[in-house]
Amino acid sequence: MACFAILGTAVFFILEDEGLEPLAAINKFMIYYILFDLVIRYFLQKMPVTNIKPLLILPINRSTIVHYTLGKTTISFFNILHAFFFVPFTVVLLYKGYGYQAILWHLAMMALIYTNNFLNILVNSKNTVFYIALALLAALGASQYYNVFDITTYSKVFFQNMYDTNYWFLIAVLLVVGTYYSAYNYFKNRLNLDDGLAKKSEVAQTENFTWLDQFGTLGTFLKNDIRLLKRNKRSRTTLIMSFIFIFYGLLFFTQSIEAYDNPWMKVFAGIFVSGGFLFTFGQFVPSWDSAYYQLMMSQNIQYREYISSKWWLMVIGTVISTLIASFYLYFGLHTYLIIVAGAIFNIGVNSHLVMLGGAFVKTPIDLTTSKQAFGDKQAFNMKTMLISLPKMLVPMGLYTVGYYLISPNAGLVLVAAAGVLGFAFRNYVFDKIEKIYKSEKYATIAAYKQKN
Amino acid sequence: MRLTNKKINSSLLKKRNMIQVTNLSKTYTNGVRVLNIEHLEIPKGQSFGLVGNNGAGKTTFFSLLLDLIQPSSGHILNNTIQVNTSEAWKPFTAAFIDESFLIGYLTAEEYFYFIGDLRGQNKADVDALLAKHEEFFNGEILNSKKYLRDLSKGNMKKVGIIAALIGDPEVVILDEPFANLDPTTVNRLKKIIKELADDPNRTVLVSSHDLVHTVEVCNRIVALHLGEVVKDIQTSPETLKELEAFFAV
Repeated sequence: MACFAILGTAVFFILEDEGLEPLAAINKFMIYYILFDLVIRYFLQKMPVTNIKPLLILPINRSTIVHYTLGKTTISFFNILHAFFFVPFTVVLLYKGYGYQAILWHLAMMALIYTNNFLNILVNSKNTVFYIALALLAALGASQYYNVFDITTYSKVFFQNMYDTNYWFLIAVLLVVGTYYSAYNYFKNRLNLDDGLAKKSEVAQTENFTWLDQFGTLGTFLKNDIRLLKRNKRSRTTLIMSFIFIFYGLLFFTQSIEAYDNPWMKVFAGIFVSGGFLFTFGQFVPSWDSAYYQLMMSQNIQYREYISSKWWLMVIGTVISTLIASFYLYFGLHTYLIIVAGAIFNIGVNSHLVMLGGAFVKTPIDLTTSKQAFGDKQAFNMKTMLISLPKMLVPMGLYTVGYYLISPNAGLVLVAAAGVLGFAFRNYVFDKIEKIYKSEKYATIAAYKQKN
Repeated sequence: MRLTNKKINSSLLKKRNMIQVTNLSKTYTNGVRVLNIEHLEIPKGQSFGLVGNNGAGKTTFFSLLLDLIQPSSGHILNNTIQVNTSEAWKPFTAAFIDESFLIGYLTAEEYFYFIGDLRGQNKADVDALLAKHEEFFNGEILNSKKYLRDLSKGNMKKVGIIAALIGDPEVVILDEPFANLDPTTVNRLKKIIKELADDPNRTVLVSSHDLVHTVEVCNRIVALHLGEVVKDIQTSPETLKELEAFFAV
């Protein structure tokens, strides 16, 4: 939020420095902003249906219930967040003498954000709409990048008119009113437990993954972990986040940001590009199994195999990320080698550290929602923090030392060598993790029970 | 009466004790003592029923037996293995306490095979067990194209109970197995539990609110009240009356 507020204030001056007309520049990319917002909402924002159920049997009008619920969504984080951007920006506009039309523009933008809000509620259960938005976003972005078709030449006129004219903003207002009433009618007619409020359930298909049987108990756990990743909203969000992490490196390797244009920050990027999955998944081992931790603890489980299974999953994830990241070869072989060295370090050292940190995390994970996927405060404690520091700092330090003392390639060798060295400690670390699991058993069970 | 009790006791002594509880207590940090059992022995092969009101300590006792919570004092021996210091009791002990023993994102088949794998049973073993209990499932579990999280409470219970039977465990612990089941399934479950108990090597522990069901399937009943053992009786035709009198308001 603070980010958005700062951005909202600063963006005007940044764009001005770049020699652009700030409002026009913002309007140019507003179409992407709006579409991206819609995609994010699909993942994270849910209609709060569970809160409706107890109201149904109370003497309250159905329309009141629907108005109340829709009204409640307007103060959700996903709307307020944008206010943190648009309000400071508009204030700057006014200050810079853009006149009262700036307020009309502001109203229009907020109306469009709220249109997204109600649109999301309306299509909440329909994947197709989401995929259309995502495909549109990707197609428009790609065709603009390759100069095939630039949607912004048309869309910027639309957004610019919100400012240039006194009446154009009414379109946005009409849109928000229209979507509100559509959402209202939609829910009012479906305010039954077996319809609009029904729990969605997927058609399940038994998957036996018999090819994993050859790995014995390890295979048993791997099978479950693959199903865990595939079939739960929360873990799917993790997969998508790790995919986004692969592109995180673009910020660093394109030399677009000056502060990032140095050897150590590139290693930082290398670690993240290959290790997105490792970090996002690994930090919550064993919390992924929190919902049925009591079962696991009463079964004859070989901790070693259990830990190995998670480790292999992270290794596989890292290898796949590194392969996908091969497009970084475009920036030169050395750039890709930084990522490969990062991957080796991730597998050899960070995988162990992440799991060691995870052993202290006692936050139960609700697999069925993707809500807590971002910034779970409870998941950060001192021990985890201390264990996380070397994950980035050590490879950054090693590479920098090699880079300046010998050569860039020597830096890479140092990072990779540290990773290989890390393998030697595998058994030692696994023993440690096993001991932590055992000594923390009662506390972990009690903590996982909290939300279940 | 005293004589018959003695007779039964001496006949029990001949059998080896499967579960032995000594000075067991559980006190939470707020000072509330939820369980306090000085001495309790469950011989091998017994079907043991635990009855009591909410908060009597039934689930607490089972959780201690499975080493899911830490005893404040005392200990439990399961086949001479102290449960909170060794894990060697796990291979021959199986339990279904509640839904946290199910893995929500698996189908019933996947869940059964997973438990089977953990208990050293191959697919054919598990299939044989499932075939045997097909009637109990009533066609609502296998091939239902549903994940366990989407099953009804009763069907979840069916899955959990049968999963606890995988691998022929010597000790079977079922917490409130009759709750949420329809009348027909309750009768089928009683049949299953009786069959289980017929095996002299198997010890079955069942808890319930329902006195009638418990009396029917168990040959010994212990009543807990506020964490203490208040009744310990061998099942006889008078048992139900005695228990009903005890819980009468």
